[in-house]
Amino acid sequence: MLEIGQEQLELLERLTNACAVSGDEGAVRKIVLDEVEEYVDELQVDALGNVLALCRGEGDGERLKVMVAAHMDEVGFMLTADEKKGLYRFARVGGLDPRQLVGKALWVGAERIPGVIGAKPIHFTKKKERQNAISLESLRIDVGPENGSKIKVGDRATFATQFTRLGKSIRAKALDDRFGVATLIELVKHAPQNIDLLTAFTVQEEVGLRGAWVAAYALDPDLGFALDSTPARDFLPWNDEEENVTYNTRLGAGPAIYTTDARTISDPRLIKHLITTAEELDLPYQLRQPGGGGTDAGAIHRQRAGVPSVTVSVPARYLHSAASLARMADWEATLALVHAALGRLGAGIMQFAD
Amino acid sequence: MKSLIKKFAQIPGPSGYENQIRAAVRAEVEPCANEVIVDALGNLIVRWGEKGPDGLRMMLSAHLDEIGVIATHVDKKGFVRFAGLGGVHPAYCVGGHVRFLNGTRGVISFEKESGLKKMPSLDKLFIDVGATSPGDCPVGVGDVAVFARKYQELGEKIVTKALDDRIGVVVLVEALRQLHEENLDSPHELYFVFSTQEEVGLRGAGTSAYHINPDLGLSVDVTSTGDTPKGSKMEVRLGEGPAIKVRDGGMLSDPRVVDWMVSTAEEHEIPCQLEILKGGTTDARAIQVTRAGVPVGCLSVPCRYVHSPSEMVDYGDVEDSVRLLVALLSDQVPQLEGEE
Repeated sequence: MLEIGQEQLELLERLTNACAVSGDEGAVRKIVLDEVEEYVDELQVDALGNVLALCRGEGDGERLKVMVAAHMDEVGFMLTADEKKGLYRFARVGGLDPRQLVGKALWVGAERIPGVIGAKPIHFTKKKERQNAISLESLRIDVGPENGSKIKVGDRATFATQFTRLGKSIRAKALDDRFGVATLIELVKHAPQNIDLLTAFTVQEEVGLRGAWVAAYALDPDLGFALDSTPARDFLPWNDEEENVTYNTRLGAGPAIYTTDARTISDPRLIKHLITTAEELDLPYQLRQPGGGGTDAGAIHRQRAGVPSVTVSVPARYLHSAASLARMADWEATLALVHAALGRLGAGIMQFAD
Repeated sequence: MKSLIKKFAQIPGPSGYENQIRAAVRAEVEPCANEVIVDALGNLIVRWGEKGPDGLRMMLSAHLDEIGVIATHVDKKGFVRFAGLGGVHPAYCVGGHVRFLNGTRGVISFEKESGLKKMPSLDKLFIDVGATSPGDCPVGVGDVAVFARKYQELGEKIVTKALDDRIGVVVLVEALRQLHEENLDSPHELYFVFSTQEEVGLRGAGTSAYHINPDLGLSVDVTSTGDTPKGSKMEVRLGEGPAIKVRDGGMLSDPRVVDWMVSTAEEHEIPCQLEILKGGTTDARAIQVTRAGVPVGCLSVPCRYVHSPSEMVDYGDVEDSVRLLVALLSDQVPQLEGEE
């Protein structure tokens, strides 16, 4: 079974420290291309910037074409107006809670200029004022006057959070979805031979699954898997009186297999295949609570004449914020589960129960 | 036809889990079909007839799935929390019965703390399956259920769960059977599609339309009515014939298709009404925007209490819907020429 060692952690470190806000995924794409180049049969960057890498299986028989997608982009910011002396107005890219932005350190533009999201300090705020969230319109990105000319309107910015290991946990930005990207790179390096593995490192997932939609059209697969990261709301000090019934997923409980989210009803045959694989190999797994959200599977399964699809995610706390926290063991089990499940796919998987 | 309605409505088929109802429909249509396919998303596609010189490749769609619920959590005392699969309204849930696909039955209640005056949201509701802990609860996260309700005839009206859209499924099956058994001539190559995952976003219809690549598309689905006390402001009434859709919340019918449907109804003296629906949409929307675009229309069976466990249709409307559909399919479609 595939494992997470020093090499994989260093790869994840490089991937999470890289900045790749939706539409500007070049930094992560470069790492991906360098990593997978020598392991693939075909490699291309498509018109939208998706990396499509094919690992052909072995043998003369018919093989399933299995698309596995992970998105390269992350949520972040875009500069929208230059107010001079290093101050910029900005917009959010992807889902970010405006209440979580104030005071955060940033990397801005291609040169990763250090900046901060500034707001009026406590010295000048009234008690009543502090009871309300600060409006997005009153926030600015400040990089200082000397650096103001090194960035421009349209540039992206991300949280300036360095990857850190905390014992058996990881703290980093953009674990959504560098976990998926790192997992997919490992799958390319250890591609199962029973299938044609069609990997898609996708762009623009956080703004509407856009890269996966065109990638799935191009690849025209038989089956689709999305690898992602999903929130764990298992730690609720602000709600410890009652039973937590909306945790989504829990850290330490293993890979999260999706049954339904807002964009996809996972194919029951693929859910069953993943569960059976996990149980036979004694791997932990959890079923993500059915509910909202969406992954690349939401685009893949509706492409062309339809593609049975499923998502597996690594659970992580505090996603879409400056720093997320996750367990290495959950990532390792996710990698092992997906690798094993792909390796056990046969033509029989497509049979309907009726 | 009533026995078919009863049979199909009682079979569970929540979105994404349509295998039982698909098998039942397949058994009915297979003897009539030239070809039967179940595609990757589970759509049942039945081909009938050959395309003549004046014929079209036509897609007809009625969805197999019905709204349902999916378990999200089993709490310490064995109560099951759930989310909706499709448009599930809390107002129709409380006091309702559900049946999970594994056979487990349950009743829905709500957190009393939130009071009776305000309608609770879905996350304040729970299913009681008679369990006392997760250990003895026969339901787990991800298990799906449908609303349970018996079939009843109230005069000319039929009441049961899932008439949305088993009534459309029955109309398609009956039309196919009549075309086939009565050796009716049709100039068209017809694809009867029994689609999946309509209630969560027309997902099956979109992919099957891509596969079929039709010249014209028609969905057969239910529509709401405006004939109940202080009901929706809407002209459609139960018992006044099939409704020919002009527009709904997601689609504008092709006016040439509407004209063809209306003139066919008039020609055959079949009562009909025009439908303008504010919210909601049907498979026709997904067909319309597939590939390079498809002219579409929709034949609606008027239905009261849509998405409640007690959906009601008028049997005369159902019979007239079959007559209208057969009439539409047996003749050539006037040239769908553009406006000058």
